[in-house]
Amino acid sequence: MNRFLADARLVAAKDLRIEARSRVVLNQVAPFALLVLVLFGFALDADQRTLRAFAPGLFWVAVLLCALLAVQRSVSVEQADGALTGLRLSGMSPAALFVGKAAAVFVQLVVLEVLLTAGIIVLYGSEIEQPLLLVATGVLAAVAVACTGTLYGALASGLGVRETLLPILLLPVLAPVLIGATRAFDDALGNAAVDGWAWLGLLAVFAVVATAGGALAHGALVEE
Amino acid sequence: MTETMATNGTTTGSRGSRVLGAATLLGLATLLLFAFGLTEADIRLHPTTGEEIGQFDAVRLLYLHVPLAVFTYVAFVLCAFASAGYLIRRTPWFDTMAHAAAEVGTVFCGLVLVTGSIWGRPVWNTWWEWGDVRLMTTLVLFLMFTGYLALRRATVDPRAAARRGAVVALVAVLDLPLVNRSVEWWENRTLHQKSTLGELKIQDLTLFTLMLGFLVFGLVLAWLLLHRFRVGWLEREDAEHGIAADIAERRAAIDEGDVDAAVGEGT
Repeated sequence: MNRFLADARLVAAKDLRIEARSRVVLNQVAPFALLVLVLFGFALDADQRTLRAFAPGLFWVAVLLCALLAVQRSVSVEQADGALTGLRLSGMSPAALFVGKAAAVFVQLVVLEVLLTAGIIVLYGSEIEQPLLLVATGVLAAVAVACTGTLYGALASGLGVRETLLPILLLPVLAPVLIGATRAFDDALGNAAVDGWAWLGLLAVFAVVATAGGALAHGALVEE
Repeated sequence: MTETMATNGTTTGSRGSRVLGAATLLGLATLLLFAFGLTEADIRLHPTTGEEIGQFDAVRLLYLHVPLAVFTYVAFVLCAFASAGYLIRRTPWFDTMAHAAAEVGTVFCGLVLVTGSIWGRPVWNTWWEWGDVRLMTTLVLFLMFTGYLALRRATVDPRAAARRGAVVALVAVLDLPLVNRSVEWWENRTLHQKSTLGELKIQDLTLFTLMLGFLVFGLVLAWLLLHRFRVGWLEREDAEHGIAADIAERRAAIDEGDVDAAVGEGT
């Protein structure tokens, strides 16, 4: 078990180090996230009342769009120079590799979520009423998206059409996360009288299933 | 594939599948005759006001819609079992079956959405009801299997396609219980009836037509599945045969001392 966690941490640290040096997510995906928020503003005619009412949904759609890019990036760093083959030959278990890759995506998603939260407060005038629910939702949804994304990234990896294939594979599966996280945010931002904690439970179940299922299925995918 | 396959390479039909096909087409014609001709429209009188209520002629679509939905489940469950079978056994039979079932199931699922939407326009007064959980879960199911087919088409290596497809199918099929149970789990979040049968006047003819619908669409599924399976199997054999033939050709070229032709250069 210690070996497993050490391997996973190694992989996660490697991916984050690549990100720290290349700054692809920070310099390209993060501005894109804010751009999406601005585009929603244009599309909804910059009516702040409307924007505030729909802020939770717009927030999570923006997160999913950014997650696609983060996952693409996570897959593409393994494509160059046969890096994935090297990882496989290193003898670490596919599950540890999966957890490591997912953890790196998770960290990047959390950073993006913090940025987007600031974005909806400043641009849409949202107010946080339940900080704990907001943070818990952000963390659990990020786990669910990172794990599902890493699994589907592996499914689409090595294909010439990866960029166009990943969205159609990944987004339908993430629909429950979008619904659950949006409802929980509705409650946390005081937008609607729903029980956000119940939706948080759904997210927790999804996150657990995605982590366990992804770690199990990853073995079948990397053996190629 | 042990039974008679295509003999001349231009058909996937055999005598058995032709008989099945004829029976299917005849059954479809009979079903349409009953559903759109012989059965009566659903017209009831409101107990107090005496107004005419009910689904009127739209009810006829349910003779297609309900069996299609049930056999969508059957096709996707078959796909899931075949996918699991492939991951355990790794034999091409399971993979070809999974691919065939997913493809036919996706067509059925699309028809379920279309017939349901057309039925919903007069009965629910909308093409699409956002609040209906079963509608949403069915659409997600359709999209996930569309992704499955896209993935299979995009993956060149047949073994990689089989393995990745199996994983996607096993994830996608998790949505099936949600579709099926949604009517019970979210009673206040759906317009779908628990069982339309209970609400309608169950006449012998209505029940007969619905049962005929189940029989006919079972035949349609079996027929399409059989042919799709054979196409998949022939494609696989063709790919394998193509490689074997290429190797043999190059070996022959080397034996003749024509190294240029063997390495594919010179011409």
